Amino acid sequence: MSLLEVENIIVDLPTPRGMLRAVDGVDLTLEAGKTLGVVGESGSGKTMLSRAILQLLPRKAKLSGAIRFDGQDMTRIPAETLRKLRAKSVAVVFQDPMTSLNPVLTIGTQLTETMREHLGVSQSEAISRGIALLAEVGIPSPEQRMGNYPHQLSGGMRQRVAIAIALSCAPKLLIADEPTTALDVTVQAQILDLLAREQRSRHMAMMLITHDLGVVAGRTDEVAVMYAGRVVERAPTRELFHHMRMPYTAALLAALPKLDAPPHTRLPAIGGRPPDPINPPPGCAFAPRCIYADPGCDNAKPPLSAPDARSHQFACIKPLPVAA
Amino acid sequence: MTALLDIQNIVVEFPVGNRVVQAVTRVSLAVQRGETLGLVGESGCGKSTLGRAVLQLYQPQSGAVLFDGQDLTKLAPPAMRKMRQRLQMIFQDPIASLNPRRRVGDIVAEPLIIAGVTDAAERTRRVRAVLTEVGLDPDITMARLPHEFSGGQCQRISIARALILEPELIVCDEPVSALDVSIRAQIVNLLEDMKDRYGLTLLFIAHDLAVVKAVSDRVAVMYLGRICEIAPTETLFRTPAHPYTRLLLDAIPMPDPDIRPVEGVAVGEPPSPIAPPSGCRFRTRCPRAADRCAVDMPELTALPGGQMVACHFPLQ
Repeated sequence: MSLLEVENIIVDLPTPRGMLRAVDGVDLTLEAGKTLGVVGESGSGKTMLSRAILQLLPRKAKLSGAIRFDGQDMTRIPAETLRKLRAKSVAVVFQDPMTSLNPVLTIGTQLTETMREHLGVSQSEAISRGIALLAEVGIPSPEQRMGNYPHQLSGGMRQRVAIAIALSCAPKLLIADEPTTALDVTVQAQILDLLAREQRSRHMAMMLITHDLGVVAGRTDEVAVMYAGRVVERAPTRELFHHMRMPYTAALLAALPKLDAPPHTRLPAIGGRPPDPINPPPGCAFAPRCIYADPGCDNAKPPLSAPDARSHQFACIKPLPVAA
Repeated sequence: MTALLDIQNIVVEFPVGNRVVQAVTRVSLAVQRGETLGLVGESGCGKSTLGRAVLQLYQPQSGAVLFDGQDLTKLAPPAMRKMRQRLQMIFQDPIASLNPRRRVGDIVAEPLIIAGVTDAAERTRRVRAVLTEVGLDPDITMARLPHEFSGGQCQRISIARALILEPELIVCDEPVSALDVSIRAQIVNLLEDMKDRYGLTLLFIAHDLAVVKAVSDRVAVMYLGRICEIAPTETLFRTPAHPYTRLLLDAIPMPDPDIRPVEGVAVGEPPSPIAPPSGCRFRTRCPRAADRCAVDMPELTALPGGQMVACHFPLQ
């Protein structure tokens, strides 16, 4: 049994223009202690997928499918049980630590309240654990920082605090949703290092959600690529980068400027834009932008293939040939 | 050869409470006609402030900004207004930089009105032409409002607005940072095409080194209000001389699973610009810092091959 099993998740969001299908039938599994990268552009559904797993969807959202964590279906348990289960099993680090932390509570209060609530430890025990956690995530003079408010810290330090809070109840799965997108590149490197270190030492599973193929390349065991609400390719990380089968993944990688290309090298851009999620095309959602598409691609949405010998899956009827 | 843009020793300060933060500290940079100069650095390093000071959107406390030989800091407002036809700017947030209540046709025509083009038919002709240039269909776009467009399309509209007066210099302030990867490449290519088509000179400000590498002839690296290093693009990426440039390059996440990220390359965060470190401003994070670095602020000095570095102990 996998730690996390997501089966045919569909998330619909009502909008004034009609129903928006944010996640369109996603299956995922994640083993304990493994790291899965989820890559996609804005509107690909990667954040809504993570919200569905956390059961933190907007109130009006309609969810179907099953989300089993340690064998329990998170969509079918009562709110109070869910709250308890969630605390010790799944934690989350959001993109913007300025909005995910409460601006009017001290770091210490925010760090200790989770532990007091869910671990039932005493105030003094929670404080000493909190100080140790701040030290562990690389915050200098942690005792003093306990009394600070979020605005007194830099963006990088705030994200370290958010990570400390997420780790405080020793979760089995950490979902990091664009944890470094708001940060500068040198701070990003430090936060990614910190997450990797904690993930290894705690033998915790991690879902690293990002728009940046560079972030997942060196730091995940497996990668799932999302487009228009669906997983369109999934493979072990090295396999994915070396043998891309889905034209979208290949085009996304090609569109990145290369550090080893000379200046003024023309970028192979992907033409057009992602489809309107309220009126998606009937066939493959990438077909209108795909240079390999033929009329057959517009007939039906290609399902994600069964894993091949290299555990590689893709949703394409005209996949790229397997590279030698 | 005289530079089209010659920034000389400029200082830009802002009051913060009863103190002063120096966002740009004695910076000199020259941009040759037809060149793209990339300007990189992390948030708060002063790169956007410097870009805005070029257009006199911020008044520098001291120093000169020579454009085609004329000091923009000394121009009277009417003369500066006239001069702005030759200098334009593209901003980071394509949606926020367009007035949400005005139609795209009017937004793009506005610079023509300011420049005194009184013939409405002439204005419409030029708006249609420039929208077509940037890849938008004028029949579909002109009557619409900005919110009806995606981020990438709004950035195309901003570019059209910047181009319509056929300027000589465009300051691009993080023009693609807010865009998705698949759209970013389209806009980078468009800027390159427009540069060729209009013979533009660009000051390209960004924090993404890979994007800067793709468009720049030379790159300047900025840290806490100071220029650390300027070099031809290939030189800067191949043989960085400043330890900060090295740090920036090492911190880039590479989309290649065979390059394992080296843990621990990056140390600390930039100190507050309100109280910058004495001497070299990078010394608090620098693996090579020595006593001298706390005392003497290093000035840019020339290395062979057009590279300049402000460091007492440069790499290599």
